[in-house]
Amino acid sequence: MHALEKILARAAGREEVITGEIVNCAVDLAGINDLYLQTLRSFAEMGGRKVHDPQKVVMFLDHFAPASTITQADNQKQFREFCWEQGIDLLMDINEGVCHQILADKRLVRPGMLVVVTDSHTTTHGAFGAFGTGVGATDLAIILITGQLWFRVPEVIRIHLEGTIGKGVFAKDIILKVIGTLGADYGVYRAVEFTGPVLDRLGVSERMTLCNMTTEMGAKTAYIQPDPVTFEFLEDKLELDSPVLTTDPGYRYAAVHTFDVTGLKPQVAAPHSVDNVSDIAEYLGRPINQAFLGTCTGGRVEDLAVAARILKGRRINPRTRFVVVPASKGVFLEAMAKGYIQTLVEAGATFVTPSCAACLGTHQGILAPGETCITASSRNFPGRMGHAEAEIFVASPASVAAAALEGKIADPVQYLV
Amino acid sequence: MNGIIKGRAFVYGANIDTDQIYPGGYLDLTDPELVARHAMERVDPDFAKEVKPGDMIVAGANFGCGSSREHAAVTLKASGIAAVLAESFARIFYRNAINLGLPLLVCPGIAKLVKRGDMLSVDLTEGKVIDQTTGASVTAQPLSAYVMAILGNGGVKPMIRKQRGLLEEE
Ligand code: SF4
Repeated sequence: MHALEKILARAAGREEVITGEIVNCAVDLAGINDLYLQTLRSFAEMGGRKVHDPQKVVMFLDHFAPASTITQADNQKQFREFCWEQGIDLLMDINEGVCHQILADKRLVRPGMLVVVTDSHTTTHGAFGAFGTGVGATDLAIILITGQLWFRVPEVIRIHLEGTIGKGVFAKDIILKVIGTLGADYGVYRAVEFTGPVLDRLGVSERMTLCNMTTEMGAKTAYIQPDPVTFEFLEDKLELDSPVLTTDPGYRYAAVHTFDVTGLKPQVAAPHSVDNVSDIAEYLGRPINQAFLGTCTGGRVEDLAVAARILKGRRINPRTRFVVVPASKGVFLEAMAKGYIQTLVEAGATFVTPSCAACLGTHQGILAPGETCITASSRNFPGRMGHAEAEIFVASPASVAAAALEGKIADPVQYLV
Repeated sequence: MNGIIKGRAFVYGANIDTDQIYPGGYLDLTDPELVARHAMERVDPDFAKEVKPGDMIVAGANFGCGSSREHAAVTLKASGIAAVLAESFARIFYRNAINLGLPLLVCPGIAKLVKRGDMLSVDLTEGKVIDQTTGASVTAQPLSAYVMAILGNGGVKPMIRKQRGLLEEE
């Protein structure tokens, strides 16, 4: 069995599961975010009264943090009241940040856990050796009532990363290359595991970016086998309580793809699809109205650090807005202590409180018709960040900072040698 | 979920994502009637005005990719869409739609066969899709027993209520 299958087997209370079968699993951690008031509606509609295990539920008020319409405010009010009523202590209010980063900061996800959140990027937690997957509101309400949910045991695709990463090239560039090569629907219903020597040189932050972006190839979940990097990250806050599961030798992957990252250049996904990927060189000089740095994909301390490195002592182009959103309170505090916030504000950045902000096109930096944005987030669907006639380029945090500086798409490598 | 449904086809391409089906700007709405007004807004601004109960959506691969918003399934169901027929579906959208009792059929080759406005008849039990305008037909992949059970109960909510009712009686 694959380690992911062992996670499902354990959660289903079974010795074994078989690829393709449907199993009922006890969920270790269930998260709801503030787009999903329907979760509470469905809970009531199915006759729910008491949450099965309130200690295993986390509520995130992150997508609309802080509320900018009366409806959003009212939705958040109902979430808070639900938590208070039901004894859900893990209420992450509008001062905490984006769900996936909070789970990482607070070390709430550990290897071997089955984590389900009403958010497609729950694949992020493969970086910790967990089975993380997104569901909709009604599925989550079923977990609130029964503590369980059905899953189809997925096939696993292995992505083997070899070679040496060049200067100015990051996990975001690697995963964009992978998605561009394999396609936006390549991973549908399947799990994606990353292996290979390149992982030894990627920290937890970059591993989270890899796993996060597998959602953009349709993956059900992602996985990286926990190793010393994972344990070092986790053990500074808690002791591991269960043995780490590993894949049996001889497990048959549905497919194996090897990517040699040697010589890889910074990548960009051009409008309007995340698999429309090419070397950034193809678009050099394209004027940029807004550069966006943040989100569960690209708003971590390392991301702000590289932007600060590029912008230290410089000023952004006066025709470009540079919107920066630390992914969480933890990220914000650490970036402040390290001086990145000061550097970026001095360079001309506009700061937004830790949250999803403009990532989903609802508030705090949305785009006008005809504008062009370069973003460290994950998606460039038409209208994702505002008007459907805005153009969105998805790239690494370094490429976003370089574009803010020059006011046009630029190669970050020159600022990082 | 027995029987045959009949309706007109609205045809779209591949990778129709949830932001196109239901824009992020309206995610704070919850009333299905209000949600239905923005159905398919980013890909087909006339859709919400033209759609009638019983109509169907036909699409290419990976329909419903992107976010986990249940609104994407709610908006189609509330606008009267009786089934979605596509080359393939994104998994969270698939779960959401089935949970609501909205049938989704994986129909290889369908996007090339059907044109907007064609009259379709779909036998949900047999998985047989006939384009009555052109006479072409396609066979859908069979649904898993679990999915059939959910659809047969009219969605997961009635099913869970029923299961819990049974459990409570025991
Ligand atoms: S930051 Fe963007 S991608 Fe991440 S959870 Fe928020 S809206 Fe979704």
